[in-house]
Amino acid sequence: MPAVSKGDGMRGLAVFISDIRNCKSKEAEIKRINKELANIRSKFKGDKALDGYSKKKYVCKLLFIFLLGHDIDFGHMEAVNLLSSNKYTEKQIGYLFISVLVNSNSELIRLINNAIKNDLASRNPTFMCLALHCIANVGSREMAEAFAGEIPRILVAGDTMDSVKQSAALCLLRLYKTSPDLVLMGEWTSRVVHLLNDQHMGVVTAAISLITCLSQKNPEEFKTCVSLAVSRLSRIVSSASTDLQDYTYYFVPAPWLSCKLLRLLQCYPPPEDGAVKGRLVECLETILNKAQEPPKSKKVQHSNAKNAILFEAISLIIHYDSEPNLLVRACNQLGQFLQHRETNLRYLALESMCTLASSEFSHEAVKTHIETVISALKTERDVSVRQRAADLLYAMCDRSNAKQIVAEMLSYLETADYSIREEMVLKVAILAEKYAVDYSWYVDTILNLIRIAGDYVSEEVWYRVIQIVINRDDVQGYAAKTVFEALQAPACHENMVKVGGYILGEFGNLIAGDPRSSPLIQFNLLHSKFHLCSVPTRALLLSAYIKFINLFPETKSTIQEVLRSDSQIRNSDVELQQRAVEYLKLSSIASTDVLATVLEEMPPFPERESSILAKLKKKKGPGAVSTELEEGKRDGGELNGGAERGVDAAAAIASNASTPSPSADLLGLRSAPPVGSAAPSASSLLVDVFSEAGPTAPSGVMDDNFLRFVCKNNGVLFENQLLQIGIKSEYRQNLGRMYLFYGNKTSVQFVSFSTSVSCPGELQSELNIQAKQVEPQVEGGAQVQQVINIECLADFLEAPLLNIKFRYGGALQNITLKLPVTINKFFQPTEMSSQDFFQRWKQLNLPQQEAQKIFKAKNAMDSEVLKAKLLGLGTALLENVDPNPENFVCAGVIQTKAQQVGCLLRLEPNAQAQMYRLTLRSSKDTVSRRLCELLSEQF
Amino acid sequence: MMRFLLLFSRQGKLRLQKWFTPLVERERKKVVRDMTLMVLGRPPRSCNFLHWKDLKVVYKRYASLYFCCGLDDKDNELLALEVLHRYVELLDKYFGNVCELDIIFNFEKAYFILDEFLMGGEVQETSKVTVAKSIEASDMLQETMEEYMSKPAF
Repeated sequence: MPAVSKGDGMRGLAVFISDIRNCKSKEAEIKRINKELANIRSKFKGDKALDGYSKKKYVCKLLFIFLLGHDIDFGHMEAVNLLSSNKYTEKQIGYLFISVLVNSNSELIRLINNAIKNDLASRNPTFMCLALHCIANVGSREMAEAFAGEIPRILVAGDTMDSVKQSAALCLLRLYKTSPDLVLMGEWTSRVVHLLNDQHMGVVTAAISLITCLSQKNPEEFKTCVSLAVSRLSRIVSSASTDLQDYTYYFVPAPWLSCKLLRLLQCYPPPEDGAVKGRLVECLETILNKAQEPPKSKKVQHSNAKNAILFEAISLIIHYDSEPNLLVRACNQLGQFLQHRETNLRYLALESMCTLASSEFSHEAVKTHIETVISALKTERDVSVRQRAADLLYAMCDRSNAKQIVAEMLSYLETADYSIREEMVLKVAILAEKYAVDYSWYVDTILNLIRIAGDYVSEEVWYRVIQIVINRDDVQGYAAKTVFEALQAPACHENMVKVGGYILGEFGNLIAGDPRSSPLIQFNLLHSKFHLCSVPTRALLLSAYIKFINLFPETKSTIQEVLRSDSQIRNSDVELQQRAVEYLKLSSIASTDVLATVLEEMPPFPERESSILAKLKKKKGPGAVSTELEEGKRDGGELNGGAERGVDAAAAIASNASTPSPSADLLGLRSAPPVGSAAPSASSLLVDVFSEAGPTAPSGVMDDNFLRFVCKNNGVLFENQLLQIGIKSEYRQNLGRMYLFYGNKTSVQFVSFSTSVSCPGELQSELNIQAKQVEPQVEGGAQVQQVINIECLADFLEAPLLNIKFRYGGALQNITLKLPVTINKFFQPTEMSSQDFFQRWKQLNLPQQEAQKIFKAKNAMDSEVLKAKLLGLGTALLENVDPNPENFVCAGVIQTKAQQVGCLLRLEPNAQAQMYRLTLRSSKDTVSRRLCELLSEQF
Repeated sequence: MMRFLLLFSRQGKLRLQKWFTPLVERERKKVVRDMTLMVLGRPPRSCNFLHWKDLKVVYKRYASLYFCCGLDDKDNELLALEVLHRYVELLDKYFGNVCELDIIFNFEKAYFILDEFLMGGEVQETSKVTVAKSIEASDMLQETMEEYMSKPAF
């Protein structure tokens, strides 16, 4: 039937629309629209009152103009007037206009709310639905304030029509999402759960979206929905395709409802009740079986609906991560899809396998598909499928296949789409670092990366390779040789020149013995690139040259000649000119001893998390964002972020006059303040780049010793030439007492001695700390004691700060330290059997409850030392629990005033790789993460 | 939940836009631009799914119109594809062999039908019969043909 026969159109509107369509140019269209706007404006302003129909027509025209992409700044009032019309069609257009062109004009909102209120009270289901739709479409806070109380009543009232119930459920969901604080739980919540049993499938379909969202936020309160959902699901899964009449979609019974039920179940751990669980497992098996049956229709809608349920079931199986049998079946099913002729299914299978790869039960099974995935990466025609394949390779990578996967990714990079290159580069860099067994492989990989995709190699990647080369002396010679060879290429990427300049400047001497790479050849090679590079790279090269003068005195005259040339010493760029002048002077006046000290090899960088991970995470690489990425989150900033490096002499010299350069200043020539003051500088230098968030602790807080007290309670917290601070502490339940001993190491009295303990930020509400006052004088050679009482109110992340002030010989001394009060001090050890342990372990299976970290051993991996440390942590060390005797498992309960947090810990040493994997599970995500953070620095 | 639904032509002309989460006008325009660029640039027979920022994008072409929606990260792509299809079926049932022109000239109807089917980005009613019935019912409340023809054209 042609649209017009519906008899509902507005002729004027139709005419206007076809006018617009007939416009030959954009200008003509704008002209026509302006004419129309003027017309409407005059009608609205005219003294003659408009009838409802005209008002509706003009409002509708305005709406059309708006949807064409033009601004509309009037007509809102007329639209609001339409809301109170008793003609359905006028009301409907009014609501549509309001929904599309929301205006936060408060006066208007009040009027709109009034109209909505009337319609909700009208008991006319059509009007009520219109009003509910409008609330859901606008969803503003003002609306939530006005209606969040009313809608639950409509939803659960016995006499509400089904269609209104459906609208009310979804409307409430919308309000809950915008303003959860305004939707109060109450008596209605229990009745909402029972909508899962409603006879009307449409009501269940709408209500379950609401229930799922509420359950995510209040799992305890909605727990009963699990068994209801399982029985509803089981009824659908076992029904014949015709049973559900119009809710059967292309021979698939209720696909939307089935998927939503399966999604609801993903808010909860596996059902504890054996019967419920059995029934659910049966459902999941039936769904998996159905996938193997011949299709009931050749239509793509049939297979889509069927597979939608299948993928949702697989998500649930992966979520439970406790049924090895089902996991393997799921993996096999996805394996079949990997080779399916439907591109959509191949795409989804790759995506789904990414999550499967992180389960310990199915990781191996996923790995068996490696060849298929690699061939997908090479042969898929669709870039989005190739990208999923790359994600999956990243997720399935482990020590056993890292070399193969990295090699494949590198070769893919040569032809990869520009849109995904940067992400690929980051992934290769991360895998290369994470699974590097020999570092020459790592260096090769990164240099290859720069060669193949230099433009996409972000700063973080090449900073990182330099950091690693500097910290590992076994790879320095190899790196120098390789980078020297790479620079031979006539055209090499500027990033390669940067790495080359830095590495040869530091370690060029390691290959200088070979006549093919004698000092002068090295220098000439670097300098041949100089003129092609940007200013920051040139600055870096100049620094490399001055390092050469120190490494190879025989190059001094050549380099001085270069520095002296007008193009350097009179360069128009102030940074380059300054470096040239300073380096020239330095090389001519300083003695070799001074030069050697100033230009000493860079000291190792403090070990910390790779910032590349953070970078990748920022890019939101889908699928790839697995647990390893989470680890990096809190690090850097808190524990290491403030770590200050000793200001090396070169820095001090370069900083005498130089202004901070915006470019990355690589040779550590940081523009630092004079030696002695420790304020961190904000320039973009190498060390800073590695802390994700920058130092969070106030400047000057010393926390070097902080981490040493995680597993012990007594020791020396701080010592300098004047003062020594010792510490002794004891903890019971959620209370602790700490004795601080301040020792005056000099023979002179400290005066105005005062100490204070403060809790920064949120810590104030988490710890209650009382410190007794100390005497204002400390005699020379004497020791004073201070007692501090600590009460733990709630779990916490930060550490309290101890500030000490005193005068020594007239000079004010001011020291701030992190007080080693960490969450683990409030542990009560818990002994339990192996069975109990694993049962609880499985119960704590939400992703956020677990924190895991894989890290390198910093000390010898002596099991006795490990045991002592774990006992020092405060947990009970459980013997004969883990099937692998090499592993350690511990259990304990953290006692805070507010609550008790049960924690389980598992530490898996790998002696061969000198690595640990540490996993923590606790009922509170912040606790898991914090403990993981603290502990990973202990071994 | 679905974040937005866009209908655009092969020439990139936007025919319908529905936003289920509040976005300022500038962001909406950016989404529309990115979606049309991405989707129209895809070679034929590509898969129907994409990633865009933290959203999943599902699209499908019906004759001259592209139906394209943005989903939360956890949503089911295949099912979203069938949401699009069901919407097309509903339009088809209402207009009878629906074409792009129907949607241009009766854009308000296209919105009303969508509202019966989806709300707040979630499926409200999946039964074609039920949705069609309520559209029918609201049409009964509209004017008659005679009333229509007697209205002034401008």
